[in-house]
Amino acid sequence: MATHAGTHDDHDAKPGFAQRWLFATNHKDIGTMYLVFSLIMFFIGGSMAMIIRAELFKPGLQLVQPYFFNEMTTMHALVMIFGAVMPAFVGLANWMVPLMVGAPDMALPRMNNWSFWILPFAFVLLLSTLFMPGGAPAAGWVMYPPLVLQGGDSIAFMIFAIHLMGISSIMGAINIIATILNLRAPGMDLLKMPLFVWTWLITAFLLIAVMPVLAGAVTMLLTDKFFGTSFFNAAGGGDPLLYQHIFWFFGHPEVYIMILPAFGIISEIIPTFSRKPLFGYKPMVYATASIAFLSFTVWAHHMFTVGLPLGSLLFFMYATMLISVPTGVKVFNWVTTMWKGSLTFETPMLFAVAFVILFTIGGFSGVMLALVPADFQYHNTYFVVAHFHYVLVSGAVFAIMAGTYYWIPKWTGHMYSERWGKIHFWNSVIAVNVLFFPQHFLGLAGMPRRIPDYNVAFANWNMVSSIGGFWFGLSQLIFVGNIIYTVYFARQKASARVWEGARGLEWTVPSPAPHHTFEVPPVIMPGMLAHDDVSH
Amino acid sequence: MSWTARIGAALALAAGSAAAAGATAAIGHPVPWQLNMTEGASPLSHQVYDLHMYAFWVCVGIGVVVFGAMIVAMVRFRKSRGAVAETWTHNARLEVIWTVVPVLILIALALPATRILINESNTGDAGLTVKVTGFQWKWRYDYVDYQGRPVSRVGFISRLAFNSDEARQLDSGINPRSLKSKTGYDDYLLNVNHPLVVPTHTKIRFVITADDVIHGWWVPALGWQADAVPGLIHDMWGEIDTPGTYRGQCAQLCGQDHAYMPIVIKAVPPAAFQGWLAAQESRARLDTIARTVQVAPVPAPAPQG
Repeated sequence: MATHAGTHDDHDAKPGFAQRWLFATNHKDIGTMYLVFSLIMFFIGGSMAMIIRAELFKPGLQLVQPYFFNEMTTMHALVMIFGAVMPAFVGLANWMVPLMVGAPDMALPRMNNWSFWILPFAFVLLLSTLFMPGGAPAAGWVMYPPLVLQGGDSIAFMIFAIHLMGISSIMGAINIIATILNLRAPGMDLLKMPLFVWTWLITAFLLIAVMPVLAGAVTMLLTDKFFGTSFFNAAGGGDPLLYQHIFWFFGHPEVYIMILPAFGIISEIIPTFSRKPLFGYKPMVYATASIAFLSFTVWAHHMFTVGLPLGSLLFFMYATMLISVPTGVKVFNWVTTMWKGSLTFETPMLFAVAFVILFTIGGFSGVMLALVPADFQYHNTYFVVAHFHYVLVSGAVFAIMAGTYYWIPKWTGHMYSERWGKIHFWNSVIAVNVLFFPQHFLGLAGMPRRIPDYNVAFANWNMVSSIGGFWFGLSQLIFVGNIIYTVYFARQKASARVWEGARGLEWTVPSPAPHHTFEVPPVIMPGMLAHDDVSH
Repeated sequence: MSWTARIGAALALAAGSAAAAGATAAIGHPVPWQLNMTEGASPLSHQVYDLHMYAFWVCVGIGVVVFGAMIVAMVRFRKSRGAVAETWTHNARLEVIWTVVPVLILIALALPATRILINESNTGDAGLTVKVTGFQWKWRYDYVDYQGRPVSRVGFISRLAFNSDEARQLDSGINPRSLKSKTGYDDYLLNVNHPLVVPTHTKIRFVITADDVIHGWWVPALGWQADAVPGLIHDMWGEIDTPGTYRGQCAQLCGQDHAYMPIVIKAVPPAAFQGWLAAQESRARLDTIARTVQVAPVPAPAPQG
C-alpha cells in the first residue's frame, strides 16, 4: 500500500479532539462514535428492560405504576430499535464497508458526520420526555392511534425525535449506497463483494424506501393531535387502521433492516472459522434480495386480528410463509459452509453458531405466527414477545457482538481477552434462553403482552424469565469490560490478518487499521478476496 | 401442590390434551407451569389447537435435521481433531432440494390453515348475537338477538371484580394468591363483576367494536382474539361445548389499565340461558316502566302561618 506523504493527513496523524470527533469526517472515527453511542443506548434500553422484568418478577404491583410500566415498554423498544441495533449496524458499516471494498473513506464524509451527530440530539429529545409532566409516550413503540393521541405534549417530542432518526438513517443509507456503488477498488465487482457489503447495500435501499413512510405516518399523528385533522379519527371520517397499514408498511421492512446486516456479519464469520469459503455465495445474495423484496408484501401479518377480509388474510399469510424459503436457504448455506470445514470456536464463531440456532428458533415461531388461525391465538401475547426477542436479541444483537469480537482486533490492533469473551458468550447464551424461552409458554397459556401484572398462574415462568433477564443484563457488563480492556489495556498485538481463515481486503491493511487506508486503490491479487471465484 | 407436582400436572396437561382430543374437559383458565395452548371449548379452538401442534411438530422436525447437522459438523469437523477444510462451495442438486422441499412443507401447512380460516370467517346462521364494546377499561355486552328473535334492552358493563381491583393497587398489601373464586380457583385479575352469560351448543356471533381506543377481545378457549376498533365492526363466532367459566383478557394495549379489563364467559345449558335471558328482559321492562311512569305532582305545601 502506498504511503501518502501529506503534511497533515499522514497515516496516523490525528487532528485535535474537537476537530477529530465533533467535526469528524473519517469513516473509522464516525464508525467508532456510532458503536459507542449504540452501546450506551443498549444499556439505557437494557435498564428499562430490567425495570420491566423486575415488576414482572411476581404477581401484584410492587415497583411502578401501570402507566410508568407502559412508558418503559414503549421507550425500551424505541431506544433498542432506533438507538442500539440500527446505529450499531451503521457503525459497523462505517468501519468495514470502505475497508472491504477498498475505498479511502465513505463517499460523503461530511454528510456522514451529520447523520451521526443528529442521533444524540434525537435521543436527548426522546429521553427527555421521561422527565416531563405527564411522562413519556406510553402507547407502545407502534404508537397506535387513538391511544397515542391521549398522550401529553411529549408525543410531539417523540415524533420530532423519530423524524430526526429517520433523516439520520436516510443520510446514512445514501452514503452507504454511494460508497458501494462508486468507490469500489478496480476488480471488486459487485458479485465479488463480501456478503456484509451486499446485505448493507440492500438494507440501505430498504431504509430509503421506508423511513419516509414512517415520517409520513407520525406526521399525520402530529396533525391529528395538534392541528385538528382526522386522518385516524373515525368520528372525523378517518380510519384508525389506516395508521396501522402505513406504520407496518414501514415496520416490516424495518424488521429486515435490523436482520439483513446481521446475516452479512454471520456470512463473514462462519467461513473464516470454518476455513472454508462460503457455500452458495450467489444464492446468498439472491436470497437477501428476495427477502428484501418480499418484506414489502407482508406488512398486514402484524394486523391479522384487526378484522381484515378473508382474501387479505390469505394473501398476507401466503406471502409471509414464502419469506421462510429464502431465509431457509441462508440457514442451510451457513450449515453447509461448516460441513467438512476445519472448525475452531473463538468467541465470534461461538456467537455466530448461537445466532444460527437461536435465529432459526425465532424463525420457527415466525412460521407458526404466519398461520392466521394460529396467530389469532398467539397475537399480542408473550409468544410474540418471545418470537421477536429470539430474532432481535439472540439474532441481531448476537450478530453485533459477534462482529465486534471479530473486528475489534482490526480496529484496536489488540486481541480481546478470549477467556472473558467465552465467559461472556456462555453467560449470554444460557441467560438469553432462560429469559425468552419461558415466554413462549406464557403466551401459549394466555398471557397478553404489555401488562405490568398478571394472574398467579403466570407467576412461575415469569419469575424464571426475570431471573434470566437480570442474568443476561449483568452478563453484558463483561462485554463492556472486555471492550475497555481491548482498547486500553490489552498487550497481545493483532496481526494484519488476525484470523487464520480470514480473507478479504480488510485483512490486508495493518492492525490497527491506519487512520487513512486505501488512499491509492489496492491492486487485487488472486486469492485475496473471499469470493473472487464466483463461477458457481 | 408441591413444585414438582405442579410441573407434572402441567406436563400432563400438555401431553394429555394432545393424546385425547376432545375427551378431556375444557379448561377455561391458565394453570401454573402451563407449557402449551389448551384445546379450548369451541370447534374452532380445537381446529386451531390441532393446527398449532401440527406446525409445532413440523418445526421440531426441521429443527432436528438442521441442528443435528450443525452438531455433527461441530463435533466432526473440528480443527483440533485434525479436520482439513474442503474447498467446494456449490452443489446444485442440494440447493434445488432445499428450496423445493420447504415450499412443499409450506403448502402442507397452508392448506389446513386456509380451511380453518374459511370456517372461521363464516359468521352466518348464528343462534345468538352479542355486541361487545371495549371501553377504557371495561367491556360492555349487549344481547342483540337470540334464536332469530330480537332481544330488547339486555346489556351490561363487565369490569374487573372489586377484590382484584383492590389487590392490584401498588403496595396494596394484599397477596394476589389470597383471591379465590367460589370453586377455589386463583382468579386474581381474571374475575369480573358481571360475566357474559351464553348458552352452550349454540353458534354465537360476536360483533366487536370499541368506544374510545383499540382493545382486543380475547378468550383463549374460543380459539381467537379480535381487535375492537372504534368506528369499525369486527365479527367472529364461537360455540361452547361444555358448560363452565372461560376467562380471557384484553389483548391490545389500551392505556394504563390495559391489564385490568378481563373477560369472563359463563356458559350455561340453553334452557338455563333462556330463563336467564327472560329474567333480564323482564327486569329491563320493569326498569323502563319505573323510569317512565307518570308520577302525580306532589301538592305544594300549605303556606305557613
